Amino acid sequence: MIIGERKPLEEVFNRTDSFKKICVLGCETCVAVCLAGGDKEAQETAEAIKMHREQTNNPVEIKASSIQRQCEYEFIDEVMEELKEYDVILSLACGVGVQTMATKVPEMFILPGLNTSFLGYPLEQGVWMENCKACGDCVLDRTYGICPVTRCSKSMMNGPCGGSSEGICEVSKDTECGWALIYDRLKALGKLEYMDEIIPPKNWSTSFHGGPRKIVREDVKIVRGE
Amino acid sequence: MFAGSNLEKVLSNGHFAVTGELGPMRGTDLGPCLEHAEHMRNHVDAYNITCNQTAVVRIASMAAAIKLVERGMDPVMQMTVRDRNRIMLQADILGGAACGVGNFLCIQGDHQTLGSEPQAKGVYDVDSTQLMRIIKNMRDENVFASGDKLEAPLKAFIGGVVNPFADPFEYRVDRFAKKIEAGVQFVQTQCIYDMDRLKEYMKRVVDKGLHEKCYIMAGITPLKAVGAAMYMKNNVAGIIIPDEIVARLKGAKDKKKEGLKMAIEQIQQIREIEGFKGVHIMAIAWEEMVPHIVEEVGGLLPRPKFD
Repeated sequence: MIIGERKPLEEVFNRTDSFKKICVLGCETCVAVCLAGGDKEAQETAEAIKMHREQTNNPVEIKASSIQRQCEYEFIDEVMEELKEYDVILSLACGVGVQTMATKVPEMFILPGLNTSFLGYPLEQGVWMENCKACGDCVLDRTYGICPVTRCSKSMMNGPCGGSSEGICEVSKDTECGWALIYDRLKALGKLEYMDEIIPPKNWSTSFHGGPRKIVREDVKIVRGE
Repeated sequence: MFAGSNLEKVLSNGHFAVTGELGPMRGTDLGPCLEHAEHMRNHVDAYNITCNQTAVVRIASMAAAIKLVERGMDPVMQMTVRDRNRIMLQADILGGAACGVGNFLCIQGDHQTLGSEPQAKGVYDVDSTQLMRIIKNMRDENVFASGDKLEAPLKAFIGGVVNPFADPFEYRVDRFAKKIEAGVQFVQTQCIYDMDRLKEYMKRVVDKGLHEKCYIMAGITPLKAVGAAMYMKNNVAGIIIPDEIVARLKGAKDKKKEGLKMAIEQIQQIREIEGFKGVHIMAIAWEEMVPHIVEEVGGLLPRPKFD
């Protein structure tokens, strides 16, 4: 899922200071699960802004609310009319939600309250780990479930660099070497021969490097007039 | 001959090769780098030019390499895949070769977060193994990575690095074999201090016959001070400095002299290990000592000359 982190409150205060009517809008899907932008966090953020405004003699009318998903028009539709009563929407959705809102309600100011961090999963309570870069050409079949593009700091395709030491990456003592993980996994599965295969340069045109991406599925598109 | 560079001639004629390392400056004056090169002219066969070493911005390796070519010296142009995509890597290979560079050494490069511009975007379009294969295909098949033809042929002696001190240790020799398969013709090792581990690595290399498929040069870096040794021991991933080395340096009255003495002994020791075809001396910020080290090892001078 999409993992996000709340922007520092100072930054949020600065960006919202000139607005008199603010709606803090949470998103109840990915960012709620990673405890960054759901209904609870929307309430907390609204409360913090309210207190800041009281302390700085800059009164504000503020409300916290949330919808199921800010990245789909049908959910935004449910609260559209209500949103228009505000000067600004502080969205606690990921960048996808913020931009979908901006497209759906173009006449309104939409500000991000989160930094969208990565695609990942909860490793344990309070710890989230990146494990997909959405490169558009999955190689997990070759490494049997550990992504070299994401888990190797240098996205190497042909094994660990010289900075791999006792399973740790040169980048930081908190970072595992992705290739050490892959090696151990292949060894456990009896598939070490993969390590000997030279993987040619990756086609990055399926990733963002090919330009902003779009998928068109004719089989599921709704044709006008039907 | 693949490139006809001095290094290739020395190695292919069966001589024990000696190379030095030069780090270009962090300003526009290459003077000190060229002075170091002149100083070791009669003691080394070729000069590695580092490529934004430790991810710190410096004069481009190609620029310094060309300056050496102009002086009749043989550069080994290091190329990291950290800062350039396959378009620029291939362009720099053409550029270097067009200006007389014959040796190209492919390395991954230290991660950008460890260097002078930690906010930089890392490129890593291809990895070092893939770059070796790209150069090999440019040279042997006359094609770019895309499959397009080169308008004029490339001559290149393809280099790389191996690290016997990185992990997983049991994979390191297989990784070296993979690089040979990709096209590497000579490799230099990471700085050697742990002789036991090196010997185990080389035994595996020789058992696999890799020393007959690729020239292997031992990387030696003289230790200048206890602090430097401790820093490398504790902070540089992929370098192992045994406690006894640190203890010996600590116990010495003249640390610098002892550091040099240990480097000289290390070179003498590696000459006894089966599989090594040369030594690569990386006297970081101590380049002026390279001639002394080469002289003291014994039997390395004069360096072979070719017409």
